[in-house]
Amino acid sequence: MSEHSIYQPQSALMQWMERRLPIASLVYSSFVVYPTPRNLNYWWTFGGILSFMLGVQIITGIVLAMHYTPHVDYAFNSVESIMRDVNYGWLLRYLHANGASFFFVAVYAHMVRGMYYGSYKEPREVLWILGVILFLLMVVTGFMGYVLPWGQMSFWAATVITNLFSALPGVGDPIVTWLWGGYAVGNPTLNRFYSLHYLLPFVIAGVVVLHVWALHMVGQNNPTGVEPKVKKDTVAFTPYATVKDAFFFGVFCLFYAWFVFYIPNYLGHSDNYIMANPGQTPTHIVPEWYYLPFYAILRAIPNKLLGVIGLGSSIVLLAFLPWLDTSRVRSANYRPLFRQFLIVWFLVVIGLGYLGSQPPEGGYVIAARILTAYYFIFLLIILPLLGLFEKTKPLPNSISESVLPAVAPPPSGAKV
Amino acid sequence: MNQRRGIVTVLALAASLCGFGAHIACAQEQDIPPKQHWSFAGPFGLYDPAQLQRGFKIYKEVCSTCHSIKLLAFRNLADPGGPGFTEAQAETIAAGFQVTDGPNDKGEMFQRPGKLADHFPPPFPNDQAARATLGGGLPPDMSVLAKARSVERGFPWFIVDAFTQYQEDGPDYIDAILNGYEDPPPAGFALPPGTQFDKYFPGHAIAMPKPLSNGQVEYTDGTPATLDQYGRDIGAFLMWAAEPKLDARKSLGFQVFIFLIVLTVLLYFTKRKVWYGVKHRADAA
Repeated sequence: MSEHSIYQPQSALMQWMERRLPIASLVYSSFVVYPTPRNLNYWWTFGGILSFMLGVQIITGIVLAMHYTPHVDYAFNSVESIMRDVNYGWLLRYLHANGASFFFVAVYAHMVRGMYYGSYKEPREVLWILGVILFLLMVVTGFMGYVLPWGQMSFWAATVITNLFSALPGVGDPIVTWLWGGYAVGNPTLNRFYSLHYLLPFVIAGVVVLHVWALHMVGQNNPTGVEPKVKKDTVAFTPYATVKDAFFFGVFCLFYAWFVFYIPNYLGHSDNYIMANPGQTPTHIVPEWYYLPFYAILRAIPNKLLGVIGLGSSIVLLAFLPWLDTSRVRSANYRPLFRQFLIVWFLVVIGLGYLGSQPPEGGYVIAARILTAYYFIFLLIILPLLGLFEKTKPLPNSISESVLPAVAPPPSGAKV
Repeated sequence: MNQRRGIVTVLALAASLCGFGAHIACAQEQDIPPKQHWSFAGPFGLYDPAQLQRGFKIYKEVCSTCHSIKLLAFRNLADPGGPGFTEAQAETIAAGFQVTDGPNDKGEMFQRPGKLADHFPPPFPNDQAARATLGGGLPPDMSVLAKARSVERGFPWFIVDAFTQYQEDGPDYIDAILNGYEDPPPAGFALPPGTQFDKYFPGHAIAMPKPLSNGQVEYTDGTPATLDQYGRDIGAFLMWAAEPKLDARKSLGFQVFIFLIVLTVLLYFTKRKVWYGVKHRADAA
């Protein structure tokens, strides 16, 4: 990566600035001449989209916070007042509520990309772990945000999720009381969730900086999983990656706008338009769609403590992927067995999502147990063993060789 | 493509796996509310002011006896994208309601005619008073009722709904409840005392007595005064009460879509042009 052209300030002002704070050259080297592999596909556009979604959530969130009242008696009506009386309040709220969903759409696409192309492997372990931390922070922030409108699902989701900690032996109940700030989910709970919901996005922004820093240390992975070797393997970030990101960003925004303007309540639950009532439990308590696979894992395990451990480890295990996956070949395109097992695993996660939305009874429970078993067997057994036994396809010698039509046959004759 | 087919297969598999559960039996027991034709459905659908005015008449003459609609203010009746009353008409409507104000200089609460800024006064001073008067039942507030009720669509309809923009299950449900009363109840159904049979209500035993019948509310615009028509009119009115900015949302949405489509198409061709050179240079290399 030493082929950067160096930023040379032209104007006297920028030369003055460069000697004091070289921010222009940092931007120039990171987002203009930064070399990106020439063979990146659209799965590589979600990183930029995620930064955009974080921005949307912070900006809409700050304005919403100006009009929201974090009190059990007023929260529900203050959200309705935003919808009715605040100028474009309906737009802000629908952008924010659906924005959370599309933040998760983008992060799941980003994670699928990372797993399929082996982006977590050496030397990108820290980059990947920072990503898992970001995902965990998003999960916590999204959960607390869902509690704020103080509808029936808000209240009961808060009750169910905080109660999970009571499964811990000995310390469980004191921890739950501490989390609630009382002996039930109430006003202190709502207040601290609001406070943390405002804080955590800025923590996310901080970890994003580390994530991007780590990315710029090791460079981007690419669909072949072969590191760029010659200048021909890469193109400059601007205009090549910028324009490709911009185009796909437009496609993503169309998808997002479809939900915000035409089906804004599709991803929500109608029970959350009923004010929280501690005396009345909804028929089915379901979390937001992006938590459903994990919720299904929790309910699939009959023992409460083991269920909570299963829920937690289903996410935390992802941080260990760089070591659970023993293969030295990165991209699934060159690992026929891994590719099949991984695609089945993705489908299993979608299946768990469906089961999480259904009542925990009859065939649903049995199906959820089978899928949960595969979730963990893949990560803990299949993945380590595959690296030892799998016969991988020959890798191209370089990125250029994989993308260019063979004008002159490559000397090694390695055709994929 | 292959992967998408796989997703559908797995979802179908999961659904069929679960078909043996109690869920299906439960779904058969309860009738699915029929889909109505709503003026506000679809990307260009807007409220019909005449229908909202009829629905408001039903609310005022019938529903408001027991149901509050606390989030609605009299001024909303003259808001754009609403029932289309003039400000003078809304003032007259407001003046017809008595609202509690105070305390006054003597420290006492007092009654006065409503003003545009007031919200609709509730029929009972508190929930307990409502329960005491109505034999234990609590009529839900109607402000966001149309968004607080839904119809379980099941697989694969919940996916289809995202494409067809079906967002009207709340008003469909309200319309169905009003039309779903059956007296006497079907043979063999043990109706708890103080309830009525409604084929669309979960569990069928509804505490609300049949509120509307043919000819009960007089229409002056020539619309047939039938229960069938009442159901749709009150459904539309309650949807507006729950989502008063729907017209503004859809018209802004259309502009946003035009902008985004043009922008995305331009970006697509820009991207093609920028990358065109890369491929050729590489081919020559």
